[in-house]
Amino acid sequence: MKALLIRDLRLAIRAGGGFGLGLSFFLILVTLVPFGVGPDAEVLARIAPGILWVGSLLACLLSLDRIFALDFEDGSLDLLATAPLPMEGTVSIKALAHWLTTGLPLVVIAPLLGLLLNLPLQAYPWMILSLLAGTPALSVIGTFGAALTVGVKRGGLLLSLLVLPLYMPTLIFGAETVRRGAEGLPTTTPLLMVAGITMGCVALMPFASAAAIRVGLKGQ
Amino acid sequence: MLSLADVTVARGGLPVLEGVSFDVGAGQALVLRGPNGIGKTTLLRAIAGLQPVLAGTIAHDEDAVAYGAHSDGLKAQLSVRENLQFWADVYGGGDVEQALHDMNMADLQSRPAAQLSAGQKRRLGLARLLVTGRPIWVLDEPTVSLDKFSVNLFADRVRTHLASGGAAVLATHIDLGLSEARELDLAPFKAVPPTEEAFDEAFL
Amino acid sequence: MSLWEYANPRKFMALSGTVLPWVTGLAAVLCCVGVVWGFFFTPDDFRMGSTVKIIYIHVPSAMMAINIWVMMLITSLIWLVRRHHVSALASKAAAPIGLIMTVIALATGAIWGKPMWGTYWAWDPRLTSFLILFLFYLGYMALWEAIENKDTAADLTAVLCLVGSVFALLSRYAVRFWNQGLHQGTSVPVATGERTVADVFFVPLAISMVGFGVLFLALVLQRTRTEVRARRLQALQARERMG
Repeated sequence: MKALLIRDLRLAIRAGGGFGLGLSFFLILVTLVPFGVGPDAEVLARIAPGILWVGSLLACLLSLDRIFALDFEDGSLDLLATAPLPMEGTVSIKALAHWLTTGLPLVVIAPLLGLLLNLPLQAYPWMILSLLAGTPALSVIGTFGAALTVGVKRGGLLLSLLVLPLYMPTLIFGAETVRRGAEGLPTTTPLLMVAGITMGCVALMPFASAAAIRVGLKGQ
Repeated sequence: MLSLADVTVARGGLPVLEGVSFDVGAGQALVLRGPNGIGKTTLLRAIAGLQPVLAGTIAHDEDAVAYGAHSDGLKAQLSVRENLQFWADVYGGGDVEQALHDMNMADLQSRPAAQLSAGQKRRLGLARLLVTGRPIWVLDEPTVSLDKFSVNLFADRVRTHLASGGAAVLATHIDLGLSEARELDLAPFKAVPPTEEAFDEAFL
Repeated sequence: MSLWEYANPRKFMALSGTVLPWVTGLAAVLCCVGVVWGFFFTPDDFRMGSTVKIIYIHVPSAMMAINIWVMMLITSLIWLVRRHHVSALASKAAAPIGLIMTVIALATGAIWGKPMWGTYWAWDPRLTSFLILFLFYLGYMALWEAIENKDTAADLTAVLCLVGSVFALLSRYAVRFWNQGLHQGTSVPVATGERTVADVFFVPLAISMVGFGVLFLALVLQRTRTEVRARRLQALQARERMG
C-alpha cells in the first residue's frame, strides 16, 4: 500500500502529473471573484467563506478524472486488480494520494486567499479546520465518481455531473462553519457534521468505489 | 496448478468460448492458439480473475496468477527501476536487480520509461512478471514488438520459470521455440448462438 | 407460483401487455376526474384564492418525484441481489419519468410561488431538495447512456442509486439546517392522520394523487416494455453477428 501511495505522489509531482493544477485554478477563481462582484470589502468579506469553499470544491473536481483514467489507459489498473492488494485498499490509497496532492495544498493556501477576499480574522481558524475536515470527503467521494466512470471515454463532464450532487452536504456544512465563524456564532454543529461526513465517507465509500471498479473492469 | 472445467466466457454480454477445459501442472506451459477475436484475451482475463465466467469453473491457488496484458502498465514519468520497484513492492518484494539483469535491462535502469522503445517497454513489462514471484503466468501476446533476440531471451525466462516449478498459459501467434509447451487450438470451442429458450432470461 | 416469475422477460411482456390498456385507461380517468374536479368544482381558498388549485398537479407530481426514486432504489437492489434484467430495465425506464415529475413539481411550484411569496424561486429547503433530486436524476440517466456494456451500466447505475440515496437524505438534512424556508408544511400528513386540508379540497386531491400513481405505473410499464424490446433487438443482432 505504501508503494502505491509513493508512486501516486511521485507521479503527481513529476512533469505532466497535474500537481499544482488545482491550486492554480483555485488562485485564479479567487482572483476573478472581486472583478466580478466589485472591490467592496464588505461584500467580499460576506461572500468569502462561500467562495473559498466552492473554489476548493471545484479545484478538487478538476483533478478527479486523473485518479483512475490514466491507470486504466496504460493497463496498470488491470494489473493492480490482480495484485495482492484488496481493491478497497487500492481505492483508499488513491483517494489519500489525491487528497495529499490536491486537498492538503488547498488547505495550506486558503488562508492566503482569504486575505485577498477580506475574510474576517476570527473566521480563519474555522476555515482551516473545516477545510481540513471536509476536503478528505471531497477526495473520497470524487474517487467513487471516478470509479463509476472508469471505462467511459472522455468521462470528465459526466464525472462532474455525478459528483456535484454528492458534494452538496459537505459544501453546505463546510461553508456554514466558516460563515458562522466569521459572524462569531457557535460553529460546533456544522463542523462536527463535516467531520462526520468525512469519517462516514472514508469508512464506507471505498466499498462502493471498489465495487464500481470491479464492475467496470469486468465490462471491458 | 491451474485447471479449467467446462468454462464459458463472454465478451460484451455475448458468449465467445464454450466448454473450455484444460489442466496446467507445475512445470508445464500451454500455448493458446486461434484466430483474432476468438476470445483468447477474454479467456485469459477470466483466468486472471478480471472477468467472471458464464459457466464452468476455473481453479487455482489464491494469489497465484501473474497477469500480463497487451499493455504493460508502465508510467512514462517513472524510471525503469522505479516502475519495476513499484510492482515488486506491491507483490511483496521480488528481486528487482535480478529481474533487470534477466531481461537485459540493467543498463537502462535509470532511464524514464517514456524514452524506451516499444520492445524495451515490452521487456520491462515482462520483467514485472519476474518480480511478482507468482507461480502461474498468464500472458497475452507477450512477444509483441520484441526482436528475435528478445524473444529468445523471453523463451529462456519462461523455461527457467517452468523448471523452478512454475506454470504458464500464453496466447501467441508466433513460435516461441518452447518445444515442451502444449498447444490448444481454441477454434473448436467457439460458442454457438444460443437458442430461443436460453435467450429468454439473460437476453444473452 | 412465485412473484419472481414475472421477472422473466417473456412472462413480464405477456402480463404487462394484458394489463397495460386497463392501467392506461384507469390513469386517464383518475387524472381527468381529479384535476377537473379540483380545478372547476372546488371553492376558492379564502386566503390564496384560485391559485390554490395548482396543488392538484403540484402535490401529486412532487409526491411521485420522490416515490419514483424510491422505486428505482428498490428495483436497483433487486437487480444487484437477484440479477433480474427486467428489474434493471424498469429502473432505467422510471428515471426519465421521475425527472419529468421533478420538473413539473418545480415548475408548478414556481408558478404558485410568484403570487404567494412574490418570487418564482427561493432557496428554500424543499425547493433546494428538489433541485438536488433533479440533478440526481440527470446524473443517473447520463451514466446509463455513457456506458456501452448494458449489464455494466445496470450495475454501476444501481450502485450510484444506492450511494445517491444516502447522499440525498444527507442533503435533505443539510439544506434544512442551512435555511429554514418559506414552504408550508406537508398538505397530507399520512403519519399523524390529521389533515391540514379541508375535505372539499382533499377528496379531489387524493384522486389526483392516485391518478398520478397509476399514470406512472402505465408509463413505466410501457417504457420497460420498450427497453425489453430494445434489449432483445440488440441480443438478436449480436446473435446474427455470431453467425
